[in-house]
Amino acid sequence: MFGYSMADIGNIVVMQGFSGLSMFTVLLLMALGLAIIFGQMGVINMAHGEFMTIGAYTTVLISKVAANYGFTDYYFVFAIAIAFVLAFAVGYFIEFIMIRHLYKRPLDTLLATWGLSLVMQQIFRSSFGAKEVSAELPEWMLGSFQPTPDIDIPINGVFVMVLAALVTFGVYMFMFKSRWGLRVRATVQNRTMAGAVGINTAKVDRVTFALGCGIAGIAGAAFTTIASTGPTTGTLYIVDSFMVVVFGGAASIVGTIASAFGIAQAQSVLQFFMTSSMGKVSTLLVIVTILMMKPEGLFASKLRK
Amino acid sequence: MSTLNRRGFMKGALLGAMMAAGLISGHALAADYPTAKVNTTGLAVTDTTVKVGILHSATGTMAISETGSIQAEKLAIEQINAMGGILGRKIEIVQEDGASDWPTFAEKAKKLLEKDKVASVMGCWTSASRKAALPVFEKDNGLLFYPTFYEGLEQSKNVFYTGQEATQQILAGLDWIAKEKKAKTFYLIGSDYIWPRTSMKIARKHIEQHLGGKVVGEEYIALGDTQFGSVINKIKLKKPDVIYAAVVGGSNVAWFKQLNAAGLNSSKQTMLTISVTEDEVLGIGGENLAGFYSAMKYFQSQDNDSNKKFVEAFKKRWGKDAVIGDVTQAAYLGPWLYKAAVERAGSFDVDKVQAALPGYEFKDAPEGPVTVEANHHLTTKLRIGQWGKDGQAKVVYTSGYIKPDPFPKGYQ
Repeated sequence: MFGYSMADIGNIVVMQGFSGLSMFTVLLLMALGLAIIFGQMGVINMAHGEFMTIGAYTTVLISKVAANYGFTDYYFVFAIAIAFVLAFAVGYFIEFIMIRHLYKRPLDTLLATWGLSLVMQQIFRSSFGAKEVSAELPEWMLGSFQPTPDIDIPINGVFVMVLAALVTFGVYMFMFKSRWGLRVRATVQNRTMAGAVGINTAKVDRVTFALGCGIAGIAGAAFTTIASTGPTTGTLYIVDSFMVVVFGGAASIVGTIASAFGIAQAQSVLQFFMTSSMGKVSTLLVIVTILMMKPEGLFASKLRK
Repeated sequence: MSTLNRRGFMKGALLGAMMAAGLISGHALAADYPTAKVNTTGLAVTDTTVKVGILHSATGTMAISETGSIQAEKLAIEQINAMGGILGRKIEIVQEDGASDWPTFAEKAKKLLEKDKVASVMGCWTSASRKAALPVFEKDNGLLFYPTFYEGLEQSKNVFYTGQEATQQILAGLDWIAKEKKAKTFYLIGSDYIWPRTSMKIARKHIEQHLGGKVVGEEYIALGDTQFGSVINKIKLKKPDVIYAAVVGGSNVAWFKQLNAAGLNSSKQTMLTISVTEDEVLGIGGENLAGFYSAMKYFQSQDNDSNKKFVEAFKKRWGKDAVIGDVTQAAYLGPWLYKAAVERAGSFDVDKVQAALPGYEFKDAPEGPVTVEANHHLTTKLRIGQWGKDGQAKVVYTSGYIKPDPFPKGYQ
């Protein structure tokens, strides 16, 4: 076919399959935190990307510490944990001083969180400098795994994949198997009734928002392995994150997973057969068309709001 | 720096007596150039000072790139002031922030020229910002020193371009890689906007018509895209001898990290890029770049006296971890060229300064001697640097002098 050997084509199919899966997990990790905040609380968090940046800078700083104290090989575990804690704490604080005053005004949250994103970008710029930085990756995370000499599976891709699976599992357990999750779901379904049966809905909101931010922090930490870290890194992810959440149907985590999978596969395949930018444009066109027919997204919430 | 200063100074002085006075103290000279004579158009030039504008993005996405230029321009101006200024006048900096927003560049340029009456401006970085500000400079007859390597296809009497235009950066680099690596097949990849597209157009013509090579793929990435899986697989299928890359910004970092992770490191793949300088390496990480080549006119590692002094002064001023990329060095040339031009003209009047600069050879530029041509671009050399893990490039090839040709025949 087109002058390539069967072996070549076989190898490419394997690698292309992996790159589609890899993109799926990247999109999923990117959007998960946003899906929780947007889906469960109806807050449009435009500063989502900046919470990811918190995670990214945390990783860079910890990699520097690790280089000094000689634990470069496994610092990533700490980096992810601390990124989560930091982003969670900042999210908790932001909910307290800003978001909770705006719950009844969704469009104002949009504007306020956008303003917040600009403030955070400038804070990053003032504290870490305007130039991009990079975390030194441990040796084992560089390069590729080769099942055969002609197939390369990127190790950082596998890493993001495993992490995305763990985080998704964690979110699932939290939302559907824990007392907290029960309270969150009760609050989403009927805030007044939830309050009446003794759930502290204000606290539920705060923890939910902070959790979404914390997951963004984890995503940001993981993405230092595949992309850049700078004051405006967050802006690279925000559009894709929203696309995944909106396309999936705002109130559904399953929808987010399905949407990330669909978008990743479409984009990955289209970018292979067309040019990269045309692939992206075509994906967007498909999404827009589907959203025009199904404005609530793939998995619409069946609740009455 | 004293030899550099004195030499530049002597070039500017018109009379032997003035030269003698100037060598003792720059201040003595202001009296020889009464303000009424050297400033007939109402610029902000007094008996002791001259205002010069700096117009870059200190905030927004482009701050990543433009910060280095601001630092270099300030350093040059401080050094010029330390040796007595221009025609005995100290430079006062008026800095404005373009904020990575192109209309803002035009607005701030207007403010600098019409309100502050600055005698010249060091500024702009992206072509978009330059194109936005250009009409203002032409209307108000201002003077802009523009530092970035860019796509060419422009020439204005109000602008001096201290970076390379596309043919200077592209042709000699391709010649080298075709000869050195016996490269026949090329894969072109760039971000999707005017500079990479124009550059790739020139590269393709050169590869097909002059090198007898073949372009096996040409690909443009949306600005800000961070997913390269499919593109890398396409490259693996085509197996080009050389990847020729002009990816910018956050995408650039993702491109190199993912390429390396996909097993395409320099031991398996030759790559020549025209969009990686020492500044970009900070974000990409030396380990992801090691062994790949960049085509630039300047590398921080260049081993000549004026560069050693420049690097030392830059680190002293901006911190020992500061790095200097191609554009940063080009930005450093701006104030020095302006000083030389004013001294050659014996006047701050824009028309006279414009007329005086072409033909000037700046011998002590960190990159090595450069000459200003009649088309307001510089004659420079091209260098190929091979990146090391430490984030510095080793210069493996230096071309002869290349004349600037912003409107290349046969390449459009």
